[in-house]
Amino acid sequence: MGPETLIDAIRTKLGPAVEGVADSCGDPVLILRSDSVRASMAALREAPFDYAVLLDLTCVDFAAPEGRLELVYHLFSLSRNVRLRLKASLPAADPAVETLVGLWKNAEWLEREVFDMFGVRFEGHPYLRRILTYEGFEGHPLRKTYPWRLAQPRIPLKDGE
Amino acid sequence: MGPLTRIQREARPESMLLNMGPSHPAMHGTIRIMLELDAEKILNAEVEVGYLHRGFEKTCENKTFFNLLIYTDRLNYVSPLINNLGYAMTMEKMLGVTVPERAQLIRVLMSEISRVSDHLTCLAAMTMECGAFTVFLYMMKAREFLWDVIEFTAGARMTTSYIRIGGVRADLHPDWRASVSTAIRETRRVLQDVSGLIDQNSIFLGRTRGVGAISKEDALSFGWTGPCLRSTGIPYDVRKAHPYLVYDRLSFEVPVGEFGDNYDRYSVRMREMEQSLRLIEQVAVLLPDAPPLPAGPAVEPAEAVRGSRRQRTPGRIRLSPNLEGSEKERLDGLAARSPSVGVPAKEDTYTSMEGLISHFLFFMGGKGIRPPKGDVYFSVEGGNGELGFYIVSDGTDRPYRLHLRAPCFHVVAALEQLIKGRLIADVIPTFGSMNMIGGELDR
Repeated sequence: MGPETLIDAIRTKLGPAVEGVADSCGDPVLILRSDSVRASMAALREAPFDYAVLLDLTCVDFAAPEGRLELVYHLFSLSRNVRLRLKASLPAADPAVETLVGLWKNAEWLEREVFDMFGVRFEGHPYLRRILTYEGFEGHPLRKTYPWRLAQPRIPLKDGE
Repeated sequence: MGPLTRIQREARPESMLLNMGPSHPAMHGTIRIMLELDAEKILNAEVEVGYLHRGFEKTCENKTFFNLLIYTDRLNYVSPLINNLGYAMTMEKMLGVTVPERAQLIRVLMSEISRVSDHLTCLAAMTMECGAFTVFLYMMKAREFLWDVIEFTAGARMTTSYIRIGGVRADLHPDWRASVSTAIRETRRVLQDVSGLIDQNSIFLGRTRGVGAISKEDALSFGWTGPCLRSTGIPYDVRKAHPYLVYDRLSFEVPVGEFGDNYDRYSVRMREMEQSLRLIEQVAVLLPDAPPLPAGPAVEPAEAVRGSRRQRTPGRIRLSPNLEGSEKERLDGLAARSPSVGVPAKEDTYTSMEGLISHFLFFMGGKGIRPPKGDVYFSVEGGNGELGFYIVSDGTDRPYRLHLRAPCFHVVAALEQLIKGRLIADVIPTFGSMNMIGGELDR
């Protein structure tokens, strides 16, 4: 399957879950409906697409210009040696999406990072807790509303756990 | 006190909770493992990362594309040149820039030297933590010879910022061939010595064979790449799968393991270093000597300006010694010469009005490197695996968003699973063979 037919096959398989297709510097990008992320990913993971690796997950804050956050997933198929980028938009006010925990094992940490940095809630995540910052950190640092040089309040010393 | 962690909530009342790290030499100072123990047996584990989080991605959003290069040095600090390369190549993909052949060869040379020093550091630490202090000293010695090559050319051992968007900063040091061949000879000798000391050492085998083993399926499910994935037998290497630079013209093999245990991770790295040395040798043959500078004495910039009141003085302009290798005559082979991509030649900046203007237009706020609107993902094979950059541009001179796909983030995510059910002593070689690099993991 060439890149064109592959994207067509995915669109046929996923049906209305795909809102659009884009091209970015030669790489294919699929825009997904945010309420069908998990089902779409589960389908893409299986044959014939065989995207066995969740390569990366991150988020981009478009809250100020467009009132949304954009989740960016990168999948990789080892057998076909192709990558695929998928995006899903969430409302900036209360961003929430289904978790991918259960499909890929690294989803647990990747989603914790996006939660920590952007405040996206992953529904069904077993342990949604800050990962790079600490318990008691205020705000979500990669949101555009978070100032670059904001001092965090001191957290109290722990007395012998 | 915040809410309890998972391991605290789920711990059996009769078992013991033990903190390993972050202030523990084997945790490299930047990671904390909470263990639930029954005597020495690990019933459950929880890994806490983030101790070296310094807001790399947030900082980059507030720096220009040119200025943020120095922050990429500090990601994987044992192979900074590969981080430079990953960032520069992502930007080049976005800008549509072609890099001159000579610069591509230099980049391969530098990446492979960095890869060897990355693997040396990982194995040195891992074996030392298993008690093989001699191996640590041998490997650190070999690394010094490799870093000599880097230091002669880039001027720094770790904070290199040598690979720039569009090419490289300067040509190789005039004596690079001698330093490269010394480094290769010394590294080969060390690899041979280490093989003899370790490969069949029963103490080492006892702590690594069958310990920390992961299946192919789990490794893929955790998003493992690089030597750790290859130790399970999957030959995925970005240099082969998605060739960049001139890797498709060079011959090298992708060593794989069989069981995905600590020993295989050690063995894959050892064999990979030999392949990297092969690549360095091939590049050294392909790389011609630097074009000679024009004969005749060089003139100080101020003198050239004074002398050119009536007529432009011909001849060479003397540059500061720290600009050695980036003379105008050499820059053509080293970097894409576009005013919107690279720093203009210093000779022009110092001696002509037009040169000064183009210098300011490159460095002034709001000018300089401004990629078109859009997003891009590109990855290179780092020391730990697929090192990817995802950059979103809104058309200004600063990234709207910059994200690093850190390979060891995915590897360390599997640590809890690998040590569960084992003994405390198994944590050390398992964690050591993962090559956790705090700068890259925590960003």
